[in-house]
Amino acid sequence: MPRIAFPPPPASDATEALRAEVRDFLRTELADRPPRRRADSWNGFDRDFSRRMGARGWIAMTWPKRYGGHERGALERYVVLEEMLAAGAPVAAHWIADRQSGPLLLRNGTEEQRATILPRIASGDCTFCIGMSEPDSGSDLAAVRTRAVPVEGGWLVNGTKLWTTYAHEAQYMILFCRTDGGTEDRQGGTSQLLVDLSTPGITIRPVLDLSGAHHFNEVVFEDVVLPADALIGRRGDGWNQVMSELAFERSGPERFLSSMALLTELVRALGPEPSGHAAIAVGRLVGHLIVLRRLSRSVAGMLDKGENPTLQASLVKDLGALFEQEIPEIARQLVEAEPDLDSTREFSAVLAHTVMNAPAFSLRGGTREILRGIIARGLGLR
Amino acid sequence: MTDSMTDGILADTARRLLADRVTPDVLRLADEGHWPAELWAAVEEMGLPLALVPEEAGGFGLGMVEALGLVRIAGSFAAPLPLADSMLAAWLLAGAGLEVPAGPLTAAPPKAAGSDAPSLTRDGDGWRLSGTARRVPWGRDAAAVVLVAEQNGRSHLVRLDAGEWRVAEAGRNIAGEPRDDLRFDLALPAGRVAPAPTGLDADSLHAMGATLRSLAMAGAVERVLDLTVQYAGERVQFGRPLGKFQAVQQNLAVLAGQAAAAGAAADGAAEAFAELAAGGARPLPTGPLPIAAAKMRCGEAAGIACSIAHQMHGAIGFTHEHVLHHLTRRLWSWRDEYGNDASWARQLGQAAAAAGADGLWPLVTAA
Repeated sequence: MPRIAFPPPPASDATEALRAEVRDFLRTELADRPPRRRADSWNGFDRDFSRRMGARGWIAMTWPKRYGGHERGALERYVVLEEMLAAGAPVAAHWIADRQSGPLLLRNGTEEQRATILPRIASGDCTFCIGMSEPDSGSDLAAVRTRAVPVEGGWLVNGTKLWTTYAHEAQYMILFCRTDGGTEDRQGGTSQLLVDLSTPGITIRPVLDLSGAHHFNEVVFEDVVLPADALIGRRGDGWNQVMSELAFERSGPERFLSSMALLTELVRALGPEPSGHAAIAVGRLVGHLIVLRRLSRSVAGMLDKGENPTLQASLVKDLGALFEQEIPEIARQLVEAEPDLDSTREFSAVLAHTVMNAPAFSLRGGTREILRGIIARGLGLR
Repeated sequence: MTDSMTDGILADTARRLLADRVTPDVLRLADEGHWPAELWAAVEEMGLPLALVPEEAGGFGLGMVEALGLVRIAGSFAAPLPLADSMLAAWLLAGAGLEVPAGPLTAAPPKAAGSDAPSLTRDGDGWRLSGTARRVPWGRDAAAVVLVAEQNGRSHLVRLDAGEWRVAEAGRNIAGEPRDDLRFDLALPAGRVAPAPTGLDADSLHAMGATLRSLAMAGAVERVLDLTVQYAGERVQFGRPLGKFQAVQQNLAVLAGQAAAAGAAADGAAEAFAELAAGGARPLPTGPLPIAAAKMRCGEAAGIACSIAHQMHGAIGFTHEHVLHHLTRRLWSWRDEYGNDASWARQLGQAAAAAGADGLWPLVTAA
């Protein structure tokens, strides 16, 4: 038997009808969005777009109706998501909440948290950010130092979060922090708290990425008082909550479509009759994409059945990041163009954008080395 | 690997038989050019060569995807037999209404380097066939060869029986498997030639062969991963098993990724093969994209997997004694049969160019 099974992805005609509907929507919505902006992929932030997505019922698709959801299947959600990403739609305003924070609250939140927040996520009105990384805690998440101390009527929080994507636009953060013990306790003593970012004592400062863009932030907590019911699930259960999200976070189409805008512009630049060399190079990428998509949809099928394919998800993300990072390296060999963010040529601008974002692909959501460590564990090596 | 492909009773039985019978001696003798008659007899007795044909023609009535799982299993054992080739040939013959003879069968790869389409003409009530089929798998050992030939713009399937060809060049792939150039020029009775079923021609046969090699590669890469993980757990250096070193773990994780990709790619190809066989495939010559993707991707995985596996095995894996090379030499061979990575990638690239930038993503989702 193979060590790591990837069952055939579920097929469904219903999802194809939905796909056509999404494509129609995007054709109109994104008609004026140039490739250079599509290259932003899931970093593109557009509140109004997210609201129109919400109105279509394409956020919170799998959640219960009583929380604003639409009770559709995970595979339908997958179709909407991959169509959004392939088209370079600006999903950042709803995307983190839809993928991660909402499902977390659904599983572990209080009824009050669910009832007040989930419908606002579903309508595209509410943005979340994820407070995991810290200055001294990147891959080593258990080294977090931000601490929430129980006090009269709530929690007192002190610490610093770093690389917090879209904290400057978000209403809420899911804060991973220490509630008990010390860093020597490793994953023990960690919890997750729901943070309203308008709470006094929170300072959000921009951290520009190497291209000069502002997605990242530093979020400093100084004697921030959170209500007692900010705790998500049980105290001390933070690590388990985070681990159970990983398969969702690592196997989706966002893990291999980050450079799709460049692949698309590459095909455009090469035209209908590419050289044999170019056809081979592009065809190889297309073949990789077809296979990655199958792997990813296979994991989606497993998740839909309630399995926890963390290992398979790690494999998808590792292979996906290699693919995303390879595209700019190949594109620049096939088309004569200097990367230039402000070029009037879309290819040059998209190339510039993708080259400068590519290093993040194998960092965010679990570094290559961490993923490969998980895979090695799955192989029984550690 | 799909549940349906490899969890059936037949799959289990086949796996047990091959585990038992594909011994180091059998592999060595085959490598030296001896036909493994006993192994073949056992495989034929189980009916495996007929796995793709319908029940009324002697098959098991399995779904096509499930039957194709046998190719993957055989690949994982480096079984030195034309099982995949026989399965394909039997299916071709049965589908065209031609008799399926006993014994090892094979199909002539229609696009092997240097091939020209054979000439097929009417000759009274019968036919006249002449030409050369290149790199025919196990040609010298086959009881019959199936080839596709055009007559009046229509594809026909032709069965040649042993003795009706001359081995013009006895070739071998680098795993020692026969790949023979067969020359023929003869009259054939009516019962040896039939119009090919709709959709079956040189292009689709090429794609089907590519599917078989992809499946075999997926099985072999999985086995290479197994062997390498096992060895890394056993081999102690610097006081601990190799598998405890992070550098080694990272390499093995890469190998596992290649096995996963090859497996998924081959699964996709098997589904496309079934669609092609049912006559419902998308238009050729671009061919079904999942097959092109699979042959390309499995070929790439093969190269990476072999490289890592040999690196991890060190000098012992480079010896003739060790079992590893029976798999790696097959992988290095199969990736160049029925079209290499580049030829299938080129087809994918041309399909992408034809679809254009705005048609690229729809092309991928339709695959």
